[in-house]
Amino acid sequence: MKPILEIKNLSKKFQIAHELSPYLTFQDQLINMLRFRSTKSREEFWALKDINFTIQPGESVGIIGKNGAGKSTLLKILSRITPPSSGKIISRGRIASLLEVGTGFHPELTGRENIFLNGSILGMKRFEIRNKFDAIVEFSGVEKFLDTPLKHYSSGMQLRLAFAVAAFLEPEILIIDEVLAVGDAEFQRKCMGKMDEVSKSGRTVLFVSHNMNAVTSLCSKCIHLKNGHVVDIGETDSVINQYLKGDAYKTNEKSWLAPNKPAGDSTVRLEYARLVNSHLELIEFASIDQKIGIEFRFQLLSNNTEVVPNIHIFTNKGECAFVSSAPQPTSPLSNGLYTAVMWIPPHLLNQGVYSCGLAVSTMSPVIVHFYETDAIIFEVIEDINKRNSKYKQHIPGVLRPTLDWDFQPTNFHS
Amino acid sequence: MEYEIKPAHRLSLDIKELWDFRELFFFFTWRDIKIKYKQTFLGALWAILQPLMMMLVFTFFFNHALNVPSENMPYPIFVFSGLMLWNVFSSGITNAGNSMVTNANIIKKIYFPRLIIPVSAILSSLVDYAMTFFILIGLLLYYRTHFHFSNLLIGLPISLIITLFTTFGLGSFLAALNVKYRDFRYVIPFFVQFLLFLTPVIYPVSILPAGWIRETLQLLNPLSGAIDTFRAAFSDNGIDFILAGKSFIVSLLLSALGVTYFRKTEYYFADLA
Repeated sequence: MKPILEIKNLSKKFQIAHELSPYLTFQDQLINMLRFRSTKSREEFWALKDINFTIQPGESVGIIGKNGAGKSTLLKILSRITPPSSGKIISRGRIASLLEVGTGFHPELTGRENIFLNGSILGMKRFEIRNKFDAIVEFSGVEKFLDTPLKHYSSGMQLRLAFAVAAFLEPEILIIDEVLAVGDAEFQRKCMGKMDEVSKSGRTVLFVSHNMNAVTSLCSKCIHLKNGHVVDIGETDSVINQYLKGDAYKTNEKSWLAPNKPAGDSTVRLEYARLVNSHLELIEFASIDQKIGIEFRFQLLSNNTEVVPNIHIFTNKGECAFVSSAPQPTSPLSNGLYTAVMWIPPHLLNQGVYSCGLAVSTMSPVIVHFYETDAIIFEVIEDINKRNSKYKQHIPGVLRPTLDWDFQPTNFHS
Repeated sequence: MEYEIKPAHRLSLDIKELWDFRELFFFFTWRDIKIKYKQTFLGALWAILQPLMMMLVFTFFFNHALNVPSENMPYPIFVFSGLMLWNVFSSGITNAGNSMVTNANIIKKIYFPRLIIPVSAILSSLVDYAMTFFILIGLLLYYRTHFHFSNLLIGLPISLIITLFTTFGLGSFLAALNVKYRDFRYVIPFFVQFLLFLTPVIYPVSILPAGWIRETLQLLNPLSGAIDTFRAAFSDNGIDFILAGKSFIVSLLLSALGVTYFRKTEYYFADLA
């Protein structure tokens, strides 16, 4: 079978000056002309460079990579919003993108009118919209407000309506970008179900997300983009594992001593942080049954302060798992170098990737002397063979505490 | 269905693609009409009130105070018939000129032929135009003007087509320029005001000195020919087909210019908008 999408040597170049001044005024142009200065002498930036891959009909492909890796640019080219600078794409099906659902929604129009307008902008024919109208309304759950102007909808309702219209598009290739990040939990589940249905119905799905669980459950194949290049392509599990293990992704130690990236203020200066085991040795990753420490060193520049180091731990989906702070010092501290270690006991965090935000604050009045996000990024791994259970699959959750259980036959006393 | 996505270089009108997206013309026009008078007390009545009030003002100042002649028809009918086409042009060009910027959020997310946006912005002003006929009929009855039905039947479509092509040409040109240089946001209103005085809406072209000034103005401003052609229905002059023909050709040239520039720049709208 011929591939449904062939991407050949695709590159996209941006000129950085465009980013700095969003639009040229005629005056700028005139002044530049008078100074005989070309407006084109700008720095070039390749958002994508020589991308090659093919996608077969019916495949669900995840696209992962850090921010700025070129994912969104690739999707924009695929959905023909912006042309490539060189190379080409051969597409053998209608592409519809959910780059942002609800495009073209107008606040003054009613829900009903917006369904038609939005559907049409997304490429549906009028009779198609009419045929699917009831299903769209039912999926969105806004029946009662169909004839109310959209501006009176809550943002959640607007989103549901928007997603409902998009969900009933029937393109051969569906592009989805991070739409799952919004909406309440129940609606997210509904959306995941719908996308699953779409991919099972034999259509091709391109799914861009930072949510590795969603990518794993929806996509059989995965592409890892980095700095505009394809660095890895293949089975989702192996690509995601490589991605998470990639050194660029994780940071087990970091220094702020270089003069160009100081962190702190006139009271506290962050110098260095690292991930350690119980012997205070630098480690690459944490095992689920291991006690680990987040250590950081900072310079206290003024006398008589009562600063408290604290750490925020986030999951790779960006949810805050917990915040912990050192005990309030009993007497004011004198200036000098300090080292703080937060110990995370074994069997607290579930397996996964976590990121630490480091901070030192004065508590009253509250002054945050520095707050460095993503200072340390580490993975907690689990050796399934060592798990004390016959269940060997993935166990969900941010935490995986070992808790006390009472479990015995029930005695009935009459 | 197989197509290629390639770097921008080709330059064609691609009528087939426009036809594939024909429903979008309807939906954008429908949207613009729908939201135009939302949350107004008088609603669509404004479409009638605006030209009506302009007619009254012009009649008072130019006819009563300054005695501007009106080619053997009552001045209110003279100025109103001119205003009808003028308003199609002025609101069309204003809406079209700003349309790409106001719809930037859509342009940045969904692909469709961009030309649909300025065209729909112009088409939506046709509803106002249609409504002004009520006033025109009222004026004709009030002044008991006898009008030449055959001239109307021929002159009306010709004048409207010339006006639309002119509006479309300049509108799409300004829309594309506005994406790149936001200066045109300020230029457009000024430009429209300026053109009103170069168009025989409030005065007949006959008050200009005969000779090259009048000829050049009539040739370069196709609205002049369009308005004269429309007015032929209410005067005894008859349609000047040579003038109409010239104006039609100029309006076509303007359209070609506008579309060419628009098509040349549209690939980068999403990067600039």
